[in-house]
Amino acid sequence: MPIVEKAQLMSAAEIDRTLRRLAHEIVEKSGGTGNLALIGIRRRGVPLAQRIAKAMNAIDNVEVPVGILDITLYRDDLSKVAPQAVLQSSEIPFTVDDKDLVLVDDVLYTGRTIRAGINGLFDLGRPSRIRLCVLIDRGHREMPVEAQYIGRSVQTSDSEIIEVRLREIDNDERVVLVDRVAE
Amino acid sequence: MTPRFRDLLALEPLSAEELSFLLDQSKPFQVIQRHPLKKLATLRGKTVALAFFENSTRTRISFSAAASRLGADSMNLQAESSSVKKGESLLDTVHTLDAMKPDCLVMRHAASGAADFVARNLDIPVINAGDGTHEHPTQGLLDALTIRDRKGTIENLNVTILGDIQHSRVARSNIHLLAKFGCRITLCGPAMWVPKELEHIGPPGTSIRRASRIEDALDGADVIIVLRVQTERLHEPALPVDDYILLYQLHAARLRLAKKDAIVLHPGPMNRGVEISPEVADGPQSCVLEQVTNGIAVRMAILYQLIGAAAAEEGAQTAADSAHSSDEKAR
Repeated sequence: MPIVEKAQLMSAAEIDRTLRRLAHEIVEKSGGTGNLALIGIRRRGVPLAQRIAKAMNAIDNVEVPVGILDITLYRDDLSKVAPQAVLQSSEIPFTVDDKDLVLVDDVLYTGRTIRAGINGLFDLGRPSRIRLCVLIDRGHREMPVEAQYIGRSVQTSDSEIIEVRLREIDNDERVVLVDRVAE
Repeated sequence: MTPRFRDLLALEPLSAEELSFLLDQSKPFQVIQRHPLKKLATLRGKTVALAFFENSTRTRISFSAAASRLGADSMNLQAESSSVKKGESLLDTVHTLDAMKPDCLVMRHAASGAADFVARNLDIPVINAGDGTHEHPTQGLLDALTIRDRKGTIENLNVTILGDIQHSRVARSNIHLLAKFGCRITLCGPAMWVPKELEHIGPPGTSIRRASRIEDALDGADVIIVLRVQTERLHEPALPVDDYILLYQLHAARLRLAKKDAIVLHPGPMNRGVEISPEVADGPQSCVLEQVTNGIAVRMAILYQLIGAAAAEEGAQTAADSAHSSDEKAR
């Protein structure tokens, strides 16, 4: 099935502005940044978490640590994942015990990735709180998972795909809505 | 396209790319060994059958820990107390195990080629945990992972293997792997244990030389792999243990002949004071305990790859079957 681009949801400037707004919101709602840490979910959650941490530094002059979480081993669909997904290590260079964590991902869809991410974090210790920040919330949840910080909510149909393209990974910087169309 | 593996029977047929892939895929499991909670649920509901027709403690425990840390269960066949003693054939034994519906079979056997034979007769993935004097692929991988961690690479190193090469499946797996990365291999031990044919076991172009004096073998070595002296083999022909120690033991003075940053590996169990001196075994250049820790990571990676690929195949099969039955309904 061919894939066609239907609409651009965010430009590079809009992504930048949105991430700075999210950084402000997180700082404002956290009641202090001393215990705060961001966890980027591989792959595109990682540069997003790093950029939000940078924006926080510009606001409050605080260094918020950023960890990287690979959720492949925590997924619930071994038969689909194992043959294609290349495992990568999680890199969380700080203890998560009693930390105020914010999981960061690009798109919130079924909620299964986040369920896997929370499981992964619990293997590392006992955080005091876990919140969720996503660039796009596209609906269609299959798990009781909601994000506290949302860049933009978008109504989508099941056949549509949200593509977040980031310069660190994709050599491009925008969010597009694409669709699989029947020939 | 990521490589897919049905079984793991030997390292000889695998390419450098496939071997690197397996080493890379072991890394995340090394990280998990350092987690406070080491147990995953990735292979929950899967069962790994461990059939050790030859005695083994450490390899069996390592596989069993790997399965358990992935959330899988394991079932154990104890060769000493099993039907094997009562005269059952190998094929009957593994068919019986297979009928208990495990998702993977890990086996060790005294006959070279035994794992290969079983793999051809079973549908589930088979992992060779040592077959006669042929190969011990997971040991070869864990040694390579240990070397890569310490040296930063496994390419173009000078690797010296000491001891009974002739009867060592570990040495064969080491050679088959390291030769594919351009390592220069030196084999050293009593002449009866280092026959000339071994010079040709690697792929064409492999640099394998034999040295009869340990001093020559150690000169310029980056990696030294010390094999266990199977004292029962010292009788064929007779070589008194004292002579072996005198001529071939790796001790501190000899280790200084190798490169300053050379590392020492031993597949275990060690005969302290025979093939290796306690000073070297416990010294900063020794990687013996890292090998043990890495063994679990490598075996987790292999179990994940093989059981995952088998589950995917089964998933595809089920999808095809249900598509077929819905076709029939439509008709």
